[in-house]
Amino acid sequence: MSNQGPTSATKKLVRKLMLAAVGMFGFGFALVPLYDVICDITGLNGKTSGQYTVAEADTMAVSDREITVQFMAQNSEGMVWEFHPNDMQVKVHPGEVKVVSYRAKNPNDFAMIGQAIPSVAPNEAAQYLKKLECFCFAEQKLEPGEEIDMAIRFFIDENIPEKITKLTLSYSLFDLTDYSEPAQEITAR
Amino acid sequence: MSAAHDDHHHGPAKGLSRWLFTTNHKDIGTLYLWFSFAMFLLGGTFAMVIRAELFQPGLQLVDPNFFNQMTTMHGLVMVFGAVMPAFVGLANWLIPMMIGAPDMALPRMNNWSFWILPFAFAMLSSTLLMDAGAPNFGWTFYAPLSTTYAPETVTFFIFAVHLMGASSIMGSINIIATVLNMRAPGMTMMKMPLFVWTWLITAYLLLAVMPVLAGVVTMMLFDVHFGTSFFNAAGGGDPVLFQHVFWFFGHPEVYIMILPAFGIISAIIPTFARKRLFGYDSMVYASASIAFLSFIVWAHHMFTVGMPIAGELFFMYATMLIAVPTGVKVFNWTATMFRGSMSFETPMLFAIAFVVLFTMGGFTGLMLAITPADFQYHDTYFVVAHFHYVLVPGAVFSIMAAAYYWLPKWTGHMYDERLGKLHFWMSFIGVNVLFFPQHFLGLAGMPRRIPDYALQFADFNWISSIGGFMFGASQLILLVVVIKCIKGGKKATAQVWEGAQGLEWTLESPAPYHTFTTPPDPKLIHAQ
Repeated sequence: MSNQGPTSATKKLVRKLMLAAVGMFGFGFALVPLYDVICDITGLNGKTSGQYTVAEADTMAVSDREITVQFMAQNSEGMVWEFHPNDMQVKVHPGEVKVVSYRAKNPNDFAMIGQAIPSVAPNEAAQYLKKLECFCFAEQKLEPGEEIDMAIRFFIDENIPEKITKLTLSYSLFDLTDYSEPAQEITAR
Repeated sequence: MSAAHDDHHHGPAKGLSRWLFTTNHKDIGTLYLWFSFAMFLLGGTFAMVIRAELFQPGLQLVDPNFFNQMTTMHGLVMVFGAVMPAFVGLANWLIPMMIGAPDMALPRMNNWSFWILPFAFAMLSSTLLMDAGAPNFGWTFYAPLSTTYAPETVTFFIFAVHLMGASSIMGSINIIATVLNMRAPGMTMMKMPLFVWTWLITAYLLLAVMPVLAGVVTMMLFDVHFGTSFFNAAGGGDPVLFQHVFWFFGHPEVYIMILPAFGIISAIIPTFARKRLFGYDSMVYASASIAFLSFIVWAHHMFTVGMPIAGELFFMYATMLIAVPTGVKVFNWTATMFRGSMSFETPMLFAIAFVVLFTMGGFTGLMLAITPADFQYHDTYFVVAHFHYVLVPGAVFSIMAAAYYWLPKWTGHMYDERLGKLHFWMSFIGVNVLFFPQHFLGLAGMPRRIPDYALQFADFNWISSIGGFMFGASQLILLVVVIKCIKGGKKATAQVWEGAQGLEWTLESPAPYHTFTTPPDPKLIHAQ
């Protein structure tokens, strides 16, 4: 037996099986965009979608309901900026565009780059929070000692379920100064 | 019987090169089994360090970081070094003999898939001697613990996992090709012994998930060294994504470690009950159902990450569904024993202990599957007790049962039955004293992976550690039994066990170096 190679049927089967293994390796990587897409559609994990552009036809009916939006800020490990919302909470009617801001200050004597990552609780509210403008869409570069106000322009989709009367928008601030190549495009915001 | 024996081939080569260059499925099976036993003792040593530290509250023997390295290395070595290679070793030894094939389909690849394993584990273990220390992020290596906060040795870990994965993928391709293309005439799919069936299904599981594991460690490699952000929230990644990808591999992986065990038990119980296996067809379909379900339950490992209620319900019900095919199997084993003419040699003792204790582990699994209850049990010792009950008196006992059952066929000698029984009872008592109290610890709220604990957990930990030392020490008996059996003992007959069925028992003992170079008589196949 040891002198004969595998039969042609075996060779064919092995080729197929190896292809399957390579395919599954690819599938592992395909899970990454797949996960982002699923999170984007369903708003799982409290991920908010990217920038929302208002279509011409959108007539935003302002409803009577009142929803409390609370703001939180936290620094990830090692981030030294002062970072906090200027308003702790606002009341909004679904459909009404609201502008709020966060304040950040770089206390160091060198320029730093920060990136805020949002999260919404409860998770299911995330997809109804539409951001027209947000400082989290881009990296923030602050010169030594610089202090800025960073705006968020948003509205709450009128389709938000009745049971949600309060939601929390939280930002974690990360230090990207040491990243040689800043992440150019960050899709899920 | 001797019809299968073949004289015109040379026997094994002499010396070390026999083992280095061998393409013989029996030699490679032996290598796998010895390697697995060595890893079992190494991983067991790590477990002894853990149990010694937990013997009493407070930090006495090791510092917390080293404790974390021990839990991590224990898990990795036992899963990838002990249990998986033991099953591959058994597959190598037994599948060609069970289906009447002369060897595995791809003997050279077989040699390669074994010989990369020692290198993989040398690489992984060498991290213990490095300044940065061994991986300390748990065998599940959740990001960012294994990326942002990992010790520098994480790269050794990543490449070791790549090598193990390559070995498993090659091994499973070989097994699939052997089972599908090398069966003797008359050996139809539904006549194959269940060990062959369960291994065929396992091989497909391995082929599907080991590449995903390779993918997830590759993503880690990129995050650690090349500035990508698969799992780094700062760059737009998501640590929860890691858990999804990991458990997409991880859950089928736990069935990879138990399906071949089902096959072994399905061979041993009929032999010592002297009855045909009850419900052969349903066993095959149950194994296939378990394999399919294993792909759609992974998120039950992560109920507490914050899933929508619909997701939690889906994964809860899907998980509980697995109890149905598993219940079919337990029922069939019990029905096989029912009114059988049973005798209780060591393999049968291990097999019965498997059925009882594995079922207990299955029931705690059902408790963990209940989402609201899982929030209480998550990351406690209850989880540790659960998976050790299915893996130690489950997978490991089945491997020991297999070793005792087929040792006479491998060595040509009967093992020492008195020592075997001593080994069984020491292991049986030890394993229960070791793991049963951990249920209580977990329900009382003791978290897993901690080197120190609150005082109220002291007594059960003390008992558990005593059981641990007892279980650990009794494994040395197995080593003695195996060495004694290789050196000599009562000559084994070809049949070995009165009630044994299957082609491997038509070969003389010890099995000749080359077997079934001409296919066996199809009538022999029909007989089983």
